[in-house]
Amino acid sequence: MSDQIPTTTSAAETMTGAAGADAAVEVRGLNKQFQTASGIVHALEGIDLTVEAGEFVSLIGPSGCGKSTLMRLIADLDVPTSGELTVFGKTATQARLDQDYGIAFQQAGLLPWRTVAANVALPLELHGVASAARRTRVADLLEMVGLTEFADRFPDQLSGGMQQRVAIARSLAEQPRLLLMDEPFGALDEMTREKMQTDLVRIAADTGAAVVFVTHSIPEAVFLSDRVVVMSPRPGRISDIIPMRLDAAEGREERDDDLREASSFFEMVTEVREALHGGASDGENPAPRAARGVDTR
Amino acid sequence: MTATRNDQRGEVAVRPANQSGAVANPARTRLFGGFLWGIAGVVLIALIWEGYKFFGPDNGVLIGELRVLPRTTDLAMPHLWDMLTRLAEPVTRADGALPLWAVVALASLMTLGIAAAGWAVGVIVGVVFALLMQRWRLAEFGLLPWIVISQTVPLIAFAPIVKSWGSRVEIGSFEWQDWMSVALIASYLAFFPITVGALKGLQSPDRIHVELFDTYAAGYWPTLVRLRLPAAVPYLLPALRLGAANAVIGAVVAEVSTGLQGGIGRLLIQFAGQASGDPSKAWGPIFGAIVLGLVAAGSVALLGMILKDYRRTEEAA
Repeated sequence: MSDQIPTTTSAAETMTGAAGADAAVEVRGLNKQFQTASGIVHALEGIDLTVEAGEFVSLIGPSGCGKSTLMRLIADLDVPTSGELTVFGKTATQARLDQDYGIAFQQAGLLPWRTVAANVALPLELHGVASAARRTRVADLLEMVGLTEFADRFPDQLSGGMQQRVAIARSLAEQPRLLLMDEPFGALDEMTREKMQTDLVRIAADTGAAVVFVTHSIPEAVFLSDRVVVMSPRPGRISDIIPMRLDAAEGREERDDDLREASSFFEMVTEVREALHGGASDGENPAPRAARGVDTR
Repeated sequence: MTATRNDQRGEVAVRPANQSGAVANPARTRLFGGFLWGIAGVVLIALIWEGYKFFGPDNGVLIGELRVLPRTTDLAMPHLWDMLTRLAEPVTRADGALPLWAVVALASLMTLGIAAAGWAVGVIVGVVFALLMQRWRLAEFGLLPWIVISQTVPLIAFAPIVKSWGSRVEIGSFEWQDWMSVALIASYLAFFPITVGALKGLQSPDRIHVELFDTYAAGYWPTLVRLRLPAAVPYLLPALRLGAANAVIGAVVAEVSTGLQGGIGRLLIQFAGQASGDPSKAWGPIFGAIVLGLVAAGSVALLGMILKDYRRTEEAA
């Protein structure tokens, strides 16, 4: 590990020069340990991952595989124990301070005393956007998520799916180049969920944002992603990274409900499922592990 | 009375069907229903009072030597209508004396003013304590036990001492007034529930909301103004109401124990002393004190109506 880090650091430094060329997220040899009463828990071990600008990457794996932890590290809500993590060539903290990403959690997390419009406006308000500009931006965002006529409602007057759409609009408020989403559709019913997935594919394509999407649903990951990162638990590791080859979609924006019935879709679902189960049952999983062992140790 | 009540209740039951889909309607119905229940409670107490007075033995109900229910004589239990008519009569037989209700109202206003001052000080002190304790865990560990202990000290018992301390305070042209001692004692009782409520409220935002503000790189003050204070409102309102009730009690009792003239506390003692000759008169300031409490609690309820949007929860309807 110790020989590897200087090289990646210098690589990151050279990349910082060419601003636009930076990957959205660059993770090298990342470890995260939690101190608990029963000892040290290895939440993440030896994580290497690059998310290119505009790329949609899903993190999938059983509970305890550290997928949410990885997202929280990228969001700078937690600090890695060791390893390298850059967001658009900057430290995670700097990226957070620069508002380079938008975030949506499993719960909508709307402020109940604010109307839908005021909730979407919150990040703009906090960052001093003038009220006229704020209003037009909020109107655009609400139109994008199809909630224009609910602008003056309060969160408790909306269904769970609508609340989640407000949260997504809020995460897009500042046109971030990176969207972090932690099981945003986890609490929704299946029909709302599929609708939201289709919407998200469109929105992500429209805005050109890179997305890191945490989920435990295989079809969801397959439908949405350019690449699916399969993780295994205890310690949390990346066991496989599978690029999605879906006939229907040259570009992601062309994915629609027909894709859910395409044979390529099912092939990909099978591939991810096998990777998941292989990773879970076969702890060694020699091929990718060996390669990364060279990288990180 | 009963007939009107039934009529009104019937109207309430019908209304939701007439105005379908109006969001504010169930709340208004509930408010109206609460109002009716309040009136029903007052009527019930009046009936029990007059009923017992009518049917109960003159000498009260005794078990052995022990009187478990009071005498029913006009001296011990004046008729309700006597109490009410007494309110309209002059307070003394002297020429130009104000009617009793006016004297009571003036005294109540003075006490309300003192209690309001005490409440305001209590709110400021309580919220400042809560902010300190929310910001620094250490302050919570250090302060909270003392704040709890402070309430075990019966400051009312020391009211005369507080008054005498106060009388020695003289800073420039500022001179400590006796009413300020009363307000101070009122604030001492008022700040405690407000501190506890405000602290709980400031600590109430969910982790998800706190982290959201972190991701916005929002500092302490923006987070306080846009997240913690609004989230504290549902906890603060009952605390403010408790504080208002405490401030009124504190003011009335402190008036009695410092001997402050002009307030309702003094009037209670004074008229109770005259009860053997004029039993209905003693009830004037009691009604005044009740109205005082209702006005104090009602003012906070009004505040709650203004802040009603902050009492929403996130759950879908």
